[in-house]
Amino acid sequence: MDKLLELLNENARYTNAQLSAMLGEPKEDIEKRIKKYEKQGVIKGYKTIINWEMTDFERLTAIIELKVSPKKNIGFEEIAETVMRFDEVESVYLMSGGYDLMVMVTGKSFQEIAMFVAKRLAPLDSVLSTATHFLLSRYKQDGVILHGEPVDERRNILL
Amino acid sequence: MIDYQSILTKRIKEVKPSGIRRFFDIANEMDDVISLSIGEPDFYTPWHIRDAGIKSLEMGKTHYTSNKGLNDLREEISKYMYRRNEISYSPEDQILITVGGSEAIDLCIRSVIDYGDEVLIPEPSFVCYNPITVLAGGIPVTIETKVEDNFRLTADALRKAITPKTKLLILPYPNNPTGGVMRREHLQEIAEVLRGTNIMVLSDEIYGELTYGDVRHVSIASIEDMYERTIVVNGFSKTYAMTGWRLGFVCGPKEIMSAMTKLHQYAIMSAPTTAQFAAIEALKNGDDDIEMMKSEYDKRRRLILDGFKRIGFECFEPEGAFYTFPSIKQTGMDSEQFCEKLLYSQRVALVPGTAFGDSGQGFVRVSYCYSTKHILEALDRIETFIKQL
Repeated sequence: MDKLLELLNENARYTNAQLSAMLGEPKEDIEKRIKKYEKQGVIKGYKTIINWEMTDFERLTAIIELKVSPKKNIGFEEIAETVMRFDEVESVYLMSGGYDLMVMVTGKSFQEIAMFVAKRLAPLDSVLSTATHFLLSRYKQDGVILHGEPVDERRNILL
Repeated sequence: MIDYQSILTKRIKEVKPSGIRRFFDIANEMDDVISLSIGEPDFYTPWHIRDAGIKSLEMGKTHYTSNKGLNDLREEISKYMYRRNEISYSPEDQILITVGGSEAIDLCIRSVIDYGDEVLIPEPSFVCYNPITVLAGGIPVTIETKVEDNFRLTADALRKAITPKTKLLILPYPNNPTGGVMRREHLQEIAEVLRGTNIMVLSDEIYGELTYGDVRHVSIASIEDMYERTIVVNGFSKTYAMTGWRLGFVCGPKEIMSAMTKLHQYAIMSAPTTAQFAAIEALKNGDDDIEMMKSEYDKRRRLILDGFKRIGFECFEPEGAFYTFPSIKQTGMDSEQFCEKLLYSQRVALVPGTAFGDSGQGFVRVSYCYSTKHILEALDRIETFIKQL
């Protein structure tokens, strides 16, 4: 795998100069490769990891397990397409195991999300059942620990 | 009232306390200090290695091991030394497991140094060789290494330092604090000087796995005629991020190893058992961990080097260990002044080069055992500091 992608995954705000230094490659090559990846759709976008709990923004996330009946020839594609078009839906994953689709939904309150599930998701034709789990606290997200800074326990004992 | 000063030996009183202790005490008291001063990996010991230690405890492996260390571990070290350096050491009588590389250095110097013997110590280098030599009754003779030689020990400098009293040469490469390495051709030049003498070499290879680019560490013991005059010190601390486990090893001619084992047996008994079990796992299945950590260090090394150059420092390109050693001479300050001012004005802690010997004057040691985020923040502050001068 291209190390450039690894670095951008680690921190999308590295400057091209920093990326060039870390990889030991000319800055122009880095710029070109990023453009290429964006064009190809390998890089789909850049986002910020925000600890919403520290802001005054009211935001709640739920994970909804959907059991669905797959359609002949198109399998899960059709229902997944339908579900992912809702603005409230943050991500949709096809899962192995006890249920089929994992849907992450964000909303302002329990009420809002519950209504979304009851009025929009549950009534869909191929949906057999839903189970809604509200996310209570985020400890670590996308590889980043959200609560407190890790403490460096190392001491200068000798050089 | 007991006069404790009269109780302490002359020799221990001769050993100076570390001059920069005070400096770190200040740094530790201050808030919001960002440090690039620590010389140990920021990684945790890889899980499978920790697990092997835990398993050994569960199995009740809580006794002393033999004085020399676990047989299985010595076997693994023997295999490692062969696959890494193509040199053979018998697990029976040429390998000793110690409490870190530090104990091995102490044992070696105390076993070969008599009163008045001279020990050659290239500087800048790790801080323990000098005091241990003094405590053993020996005379430390420092050899200044220079940035224009990439901080390598040169054959010329070595030849000039040798006297009839010279007993031991310390070869601390890859080097802390400079990051300098000795390549095969440089070691061959050193070997040329030593061939036919009775001078022994203590090769401190604790950073031997941490070299970057196409450089691979070469042990001087693998150079012709050097095997019989070399004591190789190595350990698990830097290679596998196992500093707290306190485990090292030493290999060499059996007559010397036997003397060192005697000393180890009376002073230490045996190295920590749990750590020894973990170390077996490290040697058997830890190669991928080394690669992962090395590639991470290399990335940071490039980043920090680029950062210092951009700010306007002259910085020799380190090829090993995890330190850079930029020159601060253009600021007109000496190393201590620079570090102190930087600490007070921007709250960045670096180590003055003089902590590693007088020849470190005009340099600072910068460790990259830190996350890139931490390094970038420190570089920003250093840049602000330089702009304000």
